[in-house]
Amino acid sequence: MKHLLSIDEVGTDGLRHLLDLSDHMAEINRRPVPKVPALRGKTVVSLFFEDSTRTRLSFETAAKRLSADTMTFSVSTSSVNKGESLRDTIETVAAMGVDAFVVRHMSSGVPWQISRWTEASVINAGDGWHEHPTQALLDCYTIRTALNRPDGFEGLHIAIVGDIKHSRVARSDVWAFAALGARVTLVAPETLLPPSLDGWPVDVAHHIDDVVSKVDVLYMLRMQRERIHEALVPSLREYTSRFGLTPDRAGRLRQHAIVMHPGPMNRGVEMAVDPSELPGSVIAQQVTNGVSVRMAVLFQLLGSGSGLAGEAS
Amino acid sequence: MTNGGTGIATAKSVVIKGGTVLDQRGEHRADVRVEGGVVTEVGAALRGGDTLDAGGCMVTPGFVDLHVHLREPGREEAETIETGSRAAAMGGFTAIVAMPNTEPPHDSLAVVQMVRRRGQEAGLCDVLPSGCITMGRAGETLAPMAELAAAGVHIFTDDGTGVQDPLLMRRALEYAKSLGITLAQHCEVSRLTEGAVMHEGACCSRLGVPGWPAVAEELMVMRDIELSRLTGAPVHFLHLSTAKSVDLVRTAKADGLRVTAEAAPHHFTLTDEMLTGFDPIFKVNPPLRERADIDAVKRGLADGTIDAIATDHAPHPAELKEMPLDQAPPGMLGLETSLALSISELGLELRHVVALLSWRPAAIAGVADRHGRAIEVGAPANITVFDPDLAWTVSPARLASKSRNTPYAGRAVRGKVRHTVLCGVPVVIDGEAQR
Repeated sequence: MKHLLSIDEVGTDGLRHLLDLSDHMAEINRRPVPKVPALRGKTVVSLFFEDSTRTRLSFETAAKRLSADTMTFSVSTSSVNKGESLRDTIETVAAMGVDAFVVRHMSSGVPWQISRWTEASVINAGDGWHEHPTQALLDCYTIRTALNRPDGFEGLHIAIVGDIKHSRVARSDVWAFAALGARVTLVAPETLLPPSLDGWPVDVAHHIDDVVSKVDVLYMLRMQRERIHEALVPSLREYTSRFGLTPDRAGRLRQHAIVMHPGPMNRGVEMAVDPSELPGSVIAQQVTNGVSVRMAVLFQLLGSGSGLAGEAS
Repeated sequence: MTNGGTGIATAKSVVIKGGTVLDQRGEHRADVRVEGGVVTEVGAALRGGDTLDAGGCMVTPGFVDLHVHLREPGREEAETIETGSRAAAMGGFTAIVAMPNTEPPHDSLAVVQMVRRRGQEAGLCDVLPSGCITMGRAGETLAPMAELAAAGVHIFTDDGTGVQDPLLMRRALEYAKSLGITLAQHCEVSRLTEGAVMHEGACCSRLGVPGWPAVAEELMVMRDIELSRLTGAPVHFLHLSTAKSVDLVRTAKADGLRVTAEAAPHHFTLTDEMLTGFDPIFKVNPPLRERADIDAVKRGLADGTIDAIATDHAPHPAELKEMPLDQAPPGMLGLETSLALSISELGLELRHVVALLSWRPAAIAGVADRHGRAIEVGAPANITVFDPDLAWTVSPARLASKSRNTPYAGRAVRGKVRHTVLCGVPVVIDGEAQR
């Protein structure tokens, strides 16, 4: 595997392998000194063309724990604002000697374009509405550990609720969850679904009450306020009434069911309940696990296959 | 004598030798002599003067492209009238309609005359400037259509955008009717395509890219068919891309309405799945659609619903086609690949292909007196000679266009222009531009 651009190209076996590798990384992260020399001498550049706190910090933490050198390129301080083209930016940074680019961009497909212009590995850290493969990996890892499913998701029912249409998280999660054997239900009004679901391994519901008492995993997506102005939903109030997780609905979740959210949350909109009062919430674990799975990805793409055992000197 | 004022001295006698003459009257082996800008002799074993070898080739009326973006004035880094004319000549075109979305646009006599004059100076093909329907292509007030028509403009369009306001379009058609001109519509209800990047369907849904729904085209096709019915004025539909659009035009023609239509080679050869690698080279407006649409466009070309193949040649410099997909401009080259794709992909008889490339578009462009005419004594010598069987591979670096944004790089095709004769002057000989 040279790049991590989409979940599709990882495949079911690749997914399982990365999740197993994440277990090793989680073990490292539990050590008193959570650092190994596996990627010493490797350079990882974070190219963030869109604001992000948790994903960027998570990747940088992951790289540092594997002893890679990290550089951060953010648009506000870069020559992109002086009109430099994307390709020139990539070629310039690559000329400094880069082993991997971690790319976040507001336009779908930019990591694909970048992968055509550089010899370095490209890791998609979220492109437009398209994909966010490391989010899908950390979500799978979180489900696997929270529900103790090391062998796969057969028999699990996962509902993804909210704005699927504009969600790169959904576009990665759907394929990852299905590849591991889960049944996936998308819960959204028609206006917040993609124009076509041909070929998607999902079924669809149009009200959260249709799924809330049945699922093993309730995955809530962020609802953005600007969707109101695009006539996609009449009001946030109406959205919450049909798709929000309210205390009443939380009370109807199955005993073992877990609640997930990719963050940042809209309190009072999709999360109309305090997550700290949700026994099934694994939202904090998602963030913790993000570091482990990103270590697994970096190691898989850049590692030589050894060096995980020792400690950093 | 000059043709269209190209200013080329045309006295020399040239014999196109050993080919098969193919025109609207049929097909026969003959040599063709051109002299003084006209065909002077058609017959066997003609001798004397310069010779153009046409062995194994078809000798046909020159091609006419109803839809070319020459970019000059304003975007000369992408194409100029000279480089675009050269690409046209290389593609076998003796006349091209220059789209009005330049900077400034074709909404004044000065710009239209400048475009025509630059075409004459280049002397590679007959550049026919279109005119804007509305000032600045802004869709608010009418352009001076009568003044431009008096200066010889025949096709009026706001191409790049459709005329959104139905009242303005109605008035434009009513006003145009007495002028003997044709309004050509870029069919796109823009409110339905805001932010759109590619065809709305399964592919864009998976790729997380905003979709351009087929209905945005079809609604405007429907509206303008009815406005043509209401006003009695002719309407030409640019670059039809959807199955339903083709059906609508077919029905309108059966009703006897004065509607014509064109389709671009990329709309009968490429689907939206080309975008799965997010390469903006495949971004075009209207977008690449689905297999069923391709099949419908081909049927429309086969049964006469669609009158002409038009390239929508739209050059862009490499740096713009390396922008993120949603920011890159739409458009692809077409002039130098149109004949080959038409021969290779349509499955039509050669005579039918040439009709779609030559005399039918010539009539729509209002130049049937000098382009697309049967090859007979006295006809203006605008002639294309092509080898229908020659296999070649599209190589962007070898194109005459100033830009390189062909979506067909590396594609194996069949059929290539050998000579192009403009007003009796060979402007392309053996696949090489002569100026």
